[in-house]
Amino acid sequence: MSATDVSPAEPNHNLRFLEEVSAATAGVSRLEMCIQCGTCGGSCPSAADMDHTPRMLFAMIRAGMREEALRSNTPWICVSCYHCVVRCPQGVHIADVMYTLKGMAVRAKLYRDAKAPEFSQTFVDAIESYGRSFEFGLATRHYLRHFPLRLPGMAPMGLGLLTKQRMSMTPHRIDGIDQLKAILDRAKGLELTS
Amino acid sequence: MTQYLFYPGCAMESSARAYAASLASVAKTLDLDLAEVKDWNCCGATEYLGINLIPAYALIGRNLALAAQQAKQQNGAGAHTLVASCSACYLNLAKADHYMAERPVLGDRVNEALAAGGLGYKPGTLKIRHLLDVLINDIGLDKVREKVTRPLHGLRVAPYLGCMVPRPDYDKRWSDYEQPDELDRLLRALGAEVIDFPLKSECCGGHMPQISPNTAFELIRRLLQGADQYKADLIVTVCPMCQMNLDAYQDETNRHFHTHYRLPTVFFTQVMGLAFGADPEALGFGSEIVDARPALGRIQTTPVASGPVGARPRAKAEGLPMPGRRPEERER
Ligand code: SF4
Ligand code: SF4
Repeated sequence: MSATDVSPAEPNHNLRFLEEVSAATAGVSRLEMCIQCGTCGGSCPSAADMDHTPRMLFAMIRAGMREEALRSNTPWICVSCYHCVVRCPQGVHIADVMYTLKGMAVRAKLYRDAKAPEFSQTFVDAIESYGRSFEFGLATRHYLRHFPLRLPGMAPMGLGLLTKQRMSMTPHRIDGIDQLKAILDRAKGLELTS
Repeated sequence: MTQYLFYPGCAMESSARAYAASLASVAKTLDLDLAEVKDWNCCGATEYLGINLIPAYALIGRNLALAAQQAKQQNGAGAHTLVASCSACYLNLAKADHYMAERPVLGDRVNEALAAGGLGYKPGTLKIRHLLDVLINDIGLDKVREKVTRPLHGLRVAPYLGCMVPRPDYDKRWSDYEQPDELDRLLRALGAEVIDFPLKSECCGGHMPQISPNTAFELIRRLLQGADQYKADLIVTVCPMCQMNLDAYQDETNRHFHTHYRLPTVFFTQVMGLAFGADPEALGFGSEIVDARPALGRIQTTPVASGPVGARPRAKAEGLPMPGRRPEERER
């Protein structure tokens, strides 16, 4: 088969997903430059708990395995430590690609474990209504829902944080909350494509 | 005197009150003028970026826009430095500034959103710096040494920076991505014995205690074990998230692994204040879950004679290059 057999009108699904991920990443992702060296996986402190090492995930993206890539727990286990980012010989913005994949998985509802997206969403909800984060409300709601069995063991710590005034019971609302809401509302209608 | 814009971040108002209190004390001693950005909002930590990208950057953008506005009013064309004390805030602010320039389409979208609130931000207007960087490079260690009235002789400390300060380091402000020595030098200037802590820029687990506890416990355990092996009395950190994970989840980590670590974790500004002679309680000591007071009891009035602290055998600079401090920096 020669190159001319491929009709230019035919969409190239493989290319598309890689490009989609790259375009939706904040900076210039350089994901296309990955040489599959594995430095990222070898540097990753939480690789043991990941479905795929970052390198494998990037190979899947390149192969157009959209659903498998978005279902992978890897972006959710990534702790954004930036070890891989400073070691990657190709300067791939690995941690930012992980954020992109999380956002895509949330929109496509393809994540398997709801804990991480729900935690992020609860956090975001607090910011959107107060402008500041609200550790006490957030922590309680989250633990009650996802880790009820950890609560008894954690009670002394929680109480410690409370009595030492390290968790606020009432959230602080910023003065410019309406301004912030207007900004975020406008932002939600915008997308990063190029 | 330079006036800096200051972005405290949410944790300084709650879990990291000790950081806020001790910073206020230290800033006074060192004549560091920090003007809080008025009506700043949360930076989104590591959460918003993974949910919705443009709103996440617009959220950070509002802070940058407010800070730039305030800088103009206060300093005219002068210094436009925005200082952050929390690692995640520092990185988010720096990241937004950096990527808005690197990817102009992102800058345009963010400004489109900001316009809905009557704001705007031109990337590059502000220099985003971490508090530790300002203390070391602007205030300087000579001034710090000058102010030390109660040197921390005999206190063995593990300098712990965490990930998001030295990495990804868009402005190349730190001595090394993985083994930076800024915090070591500062703590040595206070008279403390600084262990050569190889895990100083490893991850504390971030938000993992809430998402995948076992992942978090393992990361926390590594840090505690590392500091314990070098017989540190105290872990000194620059980040509210690191402090929270090492301190508040130390018990649960111990239960998980059947270990018995008791390593107090405090902010670097707290030990600075201590060396400057401030009252420990006013510096927030006592608010940590793993009590730091027994460790403080080890501070001695005279210097302790000891060899190089926690020196570990290092491979000679032959064979494959391994991450580590450059030899000329080891002696500083
Ligand atoms: S380190 Fe960089 S080039 Fe190597 S596999 Fe990972 S992303 Fe690809
Ligand atoms: S940034 Fe994420 S993927 Fe990269 S080494 Fe750290 S945890 Fe692993």
